[in-house]
Order: sequence, then C-alpha cells, then structure tokens
Amino acid sequence: MNSILVIAKRELGSYFTSPVAYVFLVIFLLLTGFFTFTAGQFFERGEASLGAFFGWHPWLYLVLVPAVGMRLWAEERRSGTLELLMTMPITPWQAILGKFLASWIFLGVALVLTFPVAVTANVLGNPDNGMICAGYLGSWFLAGAYLALTCLTSAMTRNQVVAFILSVVACLFLILAGFNPVTDLMVRWASPAFIDTVAAFSVVTHFDGFQKGVIDSRDLLYFLSVIGFALFATSIVLRNR
Amino acid sequence: MIKIENLMKAFGAKRAVDGISFNVERGEVVGFLGPNGSGKSTTMRMITGYYAPTSGTVSVGGHDVVESPLAAKRLIGYLPENAAAYTDMTVRGFLEFAAELRGLSGAAKRKAVGRAVERCFLASVLHQSIDTLSKGFRHRTCLAQALIHDPAVLVLDEPTDGLDPNQKHEVRNLIKELGRSKAVVFSTHILEEVDAACTRAIIIDRGKIVAQGTPDELGRPLDEVFRRITLPDTVNA
Repeated sequence: MNSILVIAKRELGSYFTSPVAYVFLVIFLLLTGFFTFTAGQFFERGEASLGAFFGWHPWLYLVLVPAVGMRLWAEERRSGTLELLMTMPITPWQAILGKFLASWIFLGVALVLTFPVAVTANVLGNPDNGMICAGYLGSWFLAGAYLALTCLTSAMTRNQVVAFILSVVACLFLILAGFNPVTDLMVRWASPAFIDTVAAFSVVTHFDGFQKGVIDSRDLLYFLSVIGFALFATSIVLRNR
Repeated sequence: MIKIENLMKAFGAKRAVDGISFNVERGEVVGFLGPNGSGKSTTMRMITGYYAPTSGTVSVGGHDVVESPLAAKRLIGYLPENAAAYTDMTVRGFLEFAAELRGLSGAAKRKAVGRAVERCFLASVLHQSIDTLSKGFRHRTCLAQALIHDPAVLVLDEPTDGLDPNQKHEVRNLIKELGRSKAVVFSTHILEEVDAACTRAIIIDRGKIVAQGTPDELGRPLDEVFRRITLPDTVNA
C-alpha cells in the first residue's frame, strides 16, 4: 500500500515539475469553457443544468486523456527507468496502480477546477445539484476508463506518439459503439438485440445515466471493469517485457 | 550471497545467456568481463529480477529471484546500464524516492540519503535537477540510489562507463571499499578495472563462461588473454 503512495506521489510531482500539468489544465479549462458556453449554447438553452457541459466530455477526453497518460510507461521504457522501477522491491501491481491513481487524481483536479460552470448555473437558476454531482462522478469515471486504456497502450511501446494514437483509436471505439449516428446505421442490417449488446460496450451509454443524475451500480461496474481489465492487460504486457 | 545455476535466457532463437553458473560470496568483488553483446547485461538483469530466466535459477541471500522476488530484491542494490534516472527530479528528490521505495521513512530515510550523498560526493548538486547534471554526477546519483539501503549485494552494470579518468578512479576505489563487506558484481569491458578492483574475474563470450579466476590466475597481459579467449563480433562461431 505504502509503495503505491510513494509511486503515485512521484508521478503527480512529475506532472507539476514539467509544463505538462499547466498546459493541460489551461487547455482543458479553455476547451470546456468554449464547448459549454459557445458550442453547447449554455445560455440559449434556458435550462439550469450542466447538460451542455457534460455532453462534450466523451469527445473532449478522447484527445486530452491520452495526452495525459501516454507518457506513463512509454517514457519509463524510453529512458530506461522501467528497469530501475521493476528491480525495486515492489510488485508490478503496486507500480501500475500508483501510476494510474496519480494520473486519475490529476484528471480529477482538472475536473474540480471547472467548478465555475456549476457556480454559474447556480447563480442563474436553481439546478439540481445532486444531478451535477452525479455528472462529475460519471465524468471522472469516464476519464478513468480512457486513462486505463492509455496505460495499456503506453506499456506496449517506448514511443509516446504511438501510445497516443493507439489509445485515441481504442477510446474512439468505445464512444462509437453507442454513438447514435453509428447505431442508426446498424439498424438496417442488425437485430435490435445485437445493437443493444454493442451499445452496452460504449462509454456513452453508461455515461448517460450519470448525466441524468442516476448513479446506477451497473454503470459503475462497467467503468470499473474497463479500468480493471485494461490495468490487468497492462500487467501482462509489462511482464512480457 | 549470489548463487547462479545453469542460467539461460533465450530471445527467440538466440541464446543471449547460455548455461552460466557461478557464486559470489560476501567480501568478493567479481568483475564480469566480455565483449559487447556477450550477455553481461542480460545476466545482471536476471540477477536483479528484471528478466525472468528461460531456465536455470538465481538466488540472492537464499531467496530465489523468481519464487520470492521481493525478498531477493530487498537485498540488492542495482545500477542499471547507462545510469537511468528520473531526469525531472532533483538529486535529493530522486534519492528520497528510492529510499521510500526501500521502505525507509523519517529519520532513517534522512540518514540513508545523507550517507549515500556523502559516499558519492553529491552534496554540491543535491538540489539540482538530474537532467542538468554532467554524466559523472548523473552516474554517481544512480550509484547513490543503489547504495541507499546499504544492500548486502551490489550489481553494477558498467559503473565506470563514460566517466573521466578521475571519476573512474574514484568509482573503482569505492567499489573496492564496498567489496569488503558486500558481495559485488560489476560488468566492464575495461581490463585495467579487473586489476584495480576485483578479487575475481569471470570472462563470458556469447553467453558462456570462457574463463574465470583471480587476475593473476588468468595470466598476463590481461588484454592478450582476453583477445585469445573471446571472439570478435565479426566472427560467426
């Protein structure tokens, strides 16, 4: 347990000693602001909710989360520190969890910093704050699922660009499986049961519930199993170094 | 302290290490010699548990590296090839991180970092970030990391590679001194180092041990012995 914290602390520290953290935070906040207020027509909607804010998250994270996670293992491989880490008296799981948690916490911090959006909704109207909290929780789990996939692709290569592209593709697949324009295309040739099964693999389907203020254990289980599976696969990739 | 039996590592069809056996006891400094690509680093990576052996066993202090990796790794201090380190950290931050991973905290951690800094002459760069260090300091920082928990076994992969003559001299003396109380294995392809620091040398070529003994037993001049028993990499044996 202690080793996980030591690794997480170092990893978080390395975000903030390099420009990565600051560049990411600024870009993330600018983009969420732009998508919520301009592209999402927050004011024109005339409703006191953060639908315009959360609706963009699966797409926004598609680029930003792999950017945060791509260095996690690829950089260790490239610089040779993987050898140092793996010959320390820790289990691979402690290293994997420590690194994952650090990045997930960092994404959580970025998400918390979007609080002015929630404040704006509260100043202008009376939104359901329970719904907003559920949305934030869902958004954090969504980021966690993307991040775990990025961990996996990052462990496969020493090249951060390759890790980035592979994880974007993997995450895109998780979006498109439940994205309406895609499921509409499948209607012509696939049975509804098949479409539902495919859509059940999508983050969009499971993130919807959170946006409506429903914290369903099935949705939580989905995100946790994506995270668990991806991290487990990471451990296998690292074992076969 | 280190017992290696019939160690073999294959990468695909190529056998990088092919049936090596040797022991290293406390108070010994074993120089691991061989041409580039002869399997020195691969052997060291198996001793430290980074690579799993294809067959054969390595035990450190009685703990099998594959069966009980944590117990074995606790006894080992390891300097990887090219002295890998987290370049975004300061020297102090990096050493504290290593100490914490070794389970040290509070006063014990401060003492361990202080001792390693003193031993490797790092006091002047303690607060500098590692990517601003010269190669010599960077090497010593990584060496300090290997010494931080005062390990019983030291595995050093080319500890003098890329250092200037003064630094080489210092590192050799340090290895010699450490060897009095620890089991030390270090790899090199510089033959003077064998005379300067080793109690015993093992020469490997193409994954196999081709000679071993004290520098005197191996015969002199050493570089002639070395050239006679190892093949240049242009020859396909």
